[in-house]
Amino acid sequence: MIWHTFFFYLFSAIACIFGAGVLFTNNVVRMAFYLVISLGSTAGLFFLAGAEFVGAMQLMIYVGGTLVLLIFGVMLTAQEAFVSMRTRAGEVVVALILGASLLALLVDAAFRVEDWAVAPENHVVELAESKTTTQIAAAFAGIRTDADQYPEELQGGLSGYLLPFVIVSIHLLVVLIGAAYMARTKRRADQAPA
Amino acid sequence: MNAKRYSRSTSTKWITRRRKPRTCRAVADYLHYELGIWIWAANVLAATVSCVLILHVVAVGALIFIWMERKISGRIQDRLGPTRVGGAYGWLQTLADGIKLIAKEDVCPGKADALLFKLAPYISFAASFTAFLSLPFSDGWVAQNVNCGVFFVLAVLGLEVFGVILAGYASGSKWSLFGAMREAAQVVSYEVPLGMCVVVPVVLCGTMNLVTIANMQEGMFTNWLIFHDPFTFCLFWVYATCAVASVNRAPFDLAEAESELVAGFHTEYSGLRWSFFFMAEYGSMYLVSGLAVILFFGGWHGPFPIFQGLADMGGLATYTAQLAGCINFLLKALVGITVMIWIRWTLPRLRIDQVITTCLKYCTPLAAFFFLGAILWQINDLPSLNTIDRAAIREDWLARETQIEERREAIAQKAADKAAKAKENDGEEEPSGDGQGTADPADAAAVLNVENVEVEG
Repeated sequence: MIWHTFFFYLFSAIACIFGAGVLFTNNVVRMAFYLVISLGSTAGLFFLAGAEFVGAMQLMIYVGGTLVLLIFGVMLTAQEAFVSMRTRAGEVVVALILGASLLALLVDAAFRVEDWAVAPENHVVELAESKTTTQIAAAFAGIRTDADQYPEELQGGLSGYLLPFVIVSIHLLVVLIGAAYMARTKRRADQAPA
Repeated sequence: MNAKRYSRSTSTKWITRRRKPRTCRAVADYLHYELGIWIWAANVLAATVSCVLILHVVAVGALIFIWMERKISGRIQDRLGPTRVGGAYGWLQTLADGIKLIAKEDVCPGKADALLFKLAPYISFAASFTAFLSLPFSDGWVAQNVNCGVFFVLAVLGLEVFGVILAGYASGSKWSLFGAMREAAQVVSYEVPLGMCVVVPVVLCGTMNLVTIANMQEGMFTNWLIFHDPFTFCLFWVYATCAVASVNRAPFDLAEAESELVAGFHTEYSGLRWSFFFMAEYGSMYLVSGLAVILFFGGWHGPFPIFQGLADMGGLATYTAQLAGCINFLLKALVGITVMIWIRWTLPRLRIDQVITTCLKYCTPLAAFFFLGAILWQINDLPSLNTIDRAAIREDWLARETQIEERREAIAQKAADKAAKAKENDGEEEPSGDGQGTADPADAAAVLNVENVEVEG
């Protein structure tokens, strides 16, 4: 248990420190690097909570995908060797307002979690359900194992996750095709390719 | 609770493997409960043992693979390769190289972004190393038995490219930058067909747990997933192509094309930092090779089930079977490495447009086609060489649940015994203060630890 606490604080501290690092550096690539470390230690927090699938997702999508894209963007659009960004005063103000309101929302939500109001010595140690992906997979195929959490009259309407996923993926496909179409070099008919 | 009920109802005959998962946690429990070491020290020791073992796979493995690469390339080019250092076969050549690399000056170019330049090799190495944490080497011999192991390995392996990109960018040299851009483009495109190939064994087995996938291929070699159907057989070759490309080996080593880019992303590196990139590369080679062995070639289940009978006997017999399985696995993965080296010294390097064409126009559609074919084969129950009943072999979390239940009972028993003893001694020594008095901190820690087992998996 003590190691759980230790690693929780370790990962949280890394995430927070490098999150702040993203804010206080001007160099875009360093910013991306700090973001990787921050997101990576968030994945560590997920692993610590036993949510291995979510943790791996975090690594794959955020740390892997998004950052490679970000770095591509930076490297392909950069005009000089090391890009640095200067923020104007107006931007700082807008960012402060946005960030502060998000922070207020999150803090409020965090303190509404009932379990956290209980002192640690009064905690009831309860065995958690095994963390496997079986339930997600079953729910994906239409078998909802969490059905009895819902009121009787709602259970009939619980569907699998397959349809929403297909809709989202078709949406993404349309976006991809659109992007490919727009990125294509446009040649006029009279300009024959060399 | 519900998930359990659901899975039980689907398969009536059902062998729950009672072998204890030999994970890091199991080692820690052994040290704590059997040898009586403090729980925190037991945890540290168990983690250290796992980490050091894996570190040896990456670091010592790299030593051997580099020696192998030299010998094999020598033979392919009609030379002898290293012959002098360390005796007849030059088997200490890599060690001599390693000492040379340590002695070299650690240079950082003046135009480089020093922090990122220095950190980049460690990121590559760490990514390669971390993926080994959930790669099983034998039945239950895995540092962390991650339930979605396949996914974890792929996710972490994808991070290796980040170190390469950082290295290329931070070097402040155009060769490095070109190399990094090529590598990034290549790895990002090849993740797509690679992921698609990996999905097929996952779908055929119905689990993402690497240990379970390998156990679902036990018995004769005809039970290997590569022999499941013709589509899976063809799919493996797509996987092999994509795996070679994703670990950046020839003929896909565009990122370090020495004839065009000096040395690509590691042009500016020297000494030990340079060797970290190579340890990462050989580590990833071993990793994709091991993944192929688990997904397609039965993992530690050999071509012939020699040690099969020993596995369920328990005690030393089980251990022998596991050790034999581990050797089996390592040898099979070594064959994969040898083939990669063989390919490197046989085929010429592709151009960047050819690399991307191979990926997008050939590998991705082929993988999709074979994926569909394999699924249809399975759904229609067409004849297959595989005769094993996969539904009977399930993930070990059920076994673990029973195990946790047993341990809970044992702890409760212990506590009851202690309470009884305390009652006996009641006359002589009154427990101070609160009336309960039996709540031993060690017991509380034990109960909490039981919870940890389940939460961590």
